[in-house]
Amino acid sequence: MADRTPVIVGVGLSDYPKAPHLDGLGHHAQAFQRALADCGLAKGELDGYAGVGMGMDQAPTFAEYLGISHRYIDGTMTGGSSFEFHIQHAAAAIREGLCEAVAITYGSNFLSSMGRSLGTGGFLAAGQRVSGIAQYEAPYGGTLVGSYAMAARRHMHEFGTTSEQLATIAVGVREYAGLNPSAMYRDPITVDDVVNSRLIADPLHKLDCCVVSDGGGAVIVTTAERARDLRQPPVYVLGAAGGQTHWNISQMPDFTSTAAARCGPEALALAGVGPEDIDTLQLYDSFTITVLLLIEGLGLCPKGEGGAYAAEGNLRKGGSRAAQHRRRRALVVPPGDAGHIPAGRSHPSVARPGRGGAGP
Amino acid sequence: MEVRTADGWSRPKPAADGAGAQFWAAAAEGRLLIQHCPSCGSRQFYPRPICIACGSDPAWEEASGRGRLHTFTIVRQNGAEPFRSELPYVVAMIDLEEGPRMMGNVTGCQVDDVFIGMLLVAYSVKVSDEVGVVFWEPAGPEG
Repeated sequence: MADRTPVIVGVGLSDYPKAPHLDGLGHHAQAFQRALADCGLAKGELDGYAGVGMGMDQAPTFAEYLGISHRYIDGTMTGGSSFEFHIQHAAAAIREGLCEAVAITYGSNFLSSMGRSLGTGGFLAAGQRVSGIAQYEAPYGGTLVGSYAMAARRHMHEFGTTSEQLATIAVGVREYAGLNPSAMYRDPITVDDVVNSRLIADPLHKLDCCVVSDGGGAVIVTTAERARDLRQPPVYVLGAAGGQTHWNISQMPDFTSTAAARCGPEALALAGVGPEDIDTLQLYDSFTITVLLLIEGLGLCPKGEGGAYAAEGNLRKGGSRAAQHRRRRALVVPPGDAGHIPAGRSHPSVARPGRGGAGP
Repeated sequence: MEVRTADGWSRPKPAADGAGAQFWAAAAEGRLLIQHCPSCGSRQFYPRPICIACGSDPAWEEASGRGRLHTFTIVRQNGAEPFRSELPYVVAMIDLEEGPRMMGNVTGCQVDDVFIGMLLVAYSVKVSDEVGVVFWEPAGPEG
């Protein structure tokens, strides 16, 4: 019987971090082409598609644009975590026999089209009439950075977390950026650099924030059976779990806890591993506080101790504690705006054939 | 709630549509409405036609307009007017005395004097007969 275990066989990234020659759709197409070339699967073999856009174009239009005649389609929109859900759903669909090969794509030209206004008030015009749920927050001038800042402020209040501790997360992420020839900023930074950078929304400084970029990504998921004669060793989706507690920041049940606290342990249990077995992390690093809440949620340290855990160097490249923790490493997938694509092989330094997984 | 007149409203304007029409109109008259479920007793904000705890029909209830600051940020960068001209300002989450939490701005004090746990009092800025927007300022000595 054919082995229908779901595996990731191809990944592709479009030009980034600044690509004014591409529109959003162009990023989808280029990343998709590169993912196909990566694995050697013929385009015609794809019968599944998953993707999401932040504007009018959505999964059905992306599938049309890429010329994928699908019998499985997923347009799940959970914001930046959409693509992890797509992996989870695609894995289930592959295992269940709903389809044979799924392409997941994303593309954005936010930097070229909107500059860096994404996190700081880029969406609403003065006096604009706001309908629906958004009207309960729009009059107050909250920003994307501000929402995360309120989580950081509460974490500081409850657990004594400091700006310096948060800054060590940015320092570590920048160290890994130094390994990536395409990263927008590669020069090392210090804790002082972070805490002395301009405040954007207290307590978050400029260097606590991710950079807005152009970019796209694509992932191809198929069966272990089909993967046998493809170009790359397959990355097995050993465990995937998802969850979301709210959409609007005012509805966040607990400002110091995320859905990772539930779905992280679920994903690890499915894979049959514990936090102590994880030596490579790919976390959404929209802001330093995001990483901190995720490492606490995933159980890498007790809740409330993420600041100390980061400050000990656990998320730094080659940090002393990191070595004791079986080379636990943090590495974050480019590119960022509201989305990121999980991939088992985003950078040669994290190639781990045969192991992989999409977390929250 | 004290009602103050908007001196030219250039912020995003609530459409006051859907389940919240009554909330916005009451705020224009100085009443802060939340919802209370007769079936299960839970309270909620923002307004919906369904109790998010048990699924039944919630009823309106007037809140005291007193709250405690749960968390906040001082926004120092916002490219959109009119907020850009008002920088820096405080965006906060306020826990109402009755339980529900809402977003708001804290005005009437220096941004650096805002702290978690501070007691706040709501006031309304009347944008039109249909829309009042709730703001917050520090409670006086009498709380």
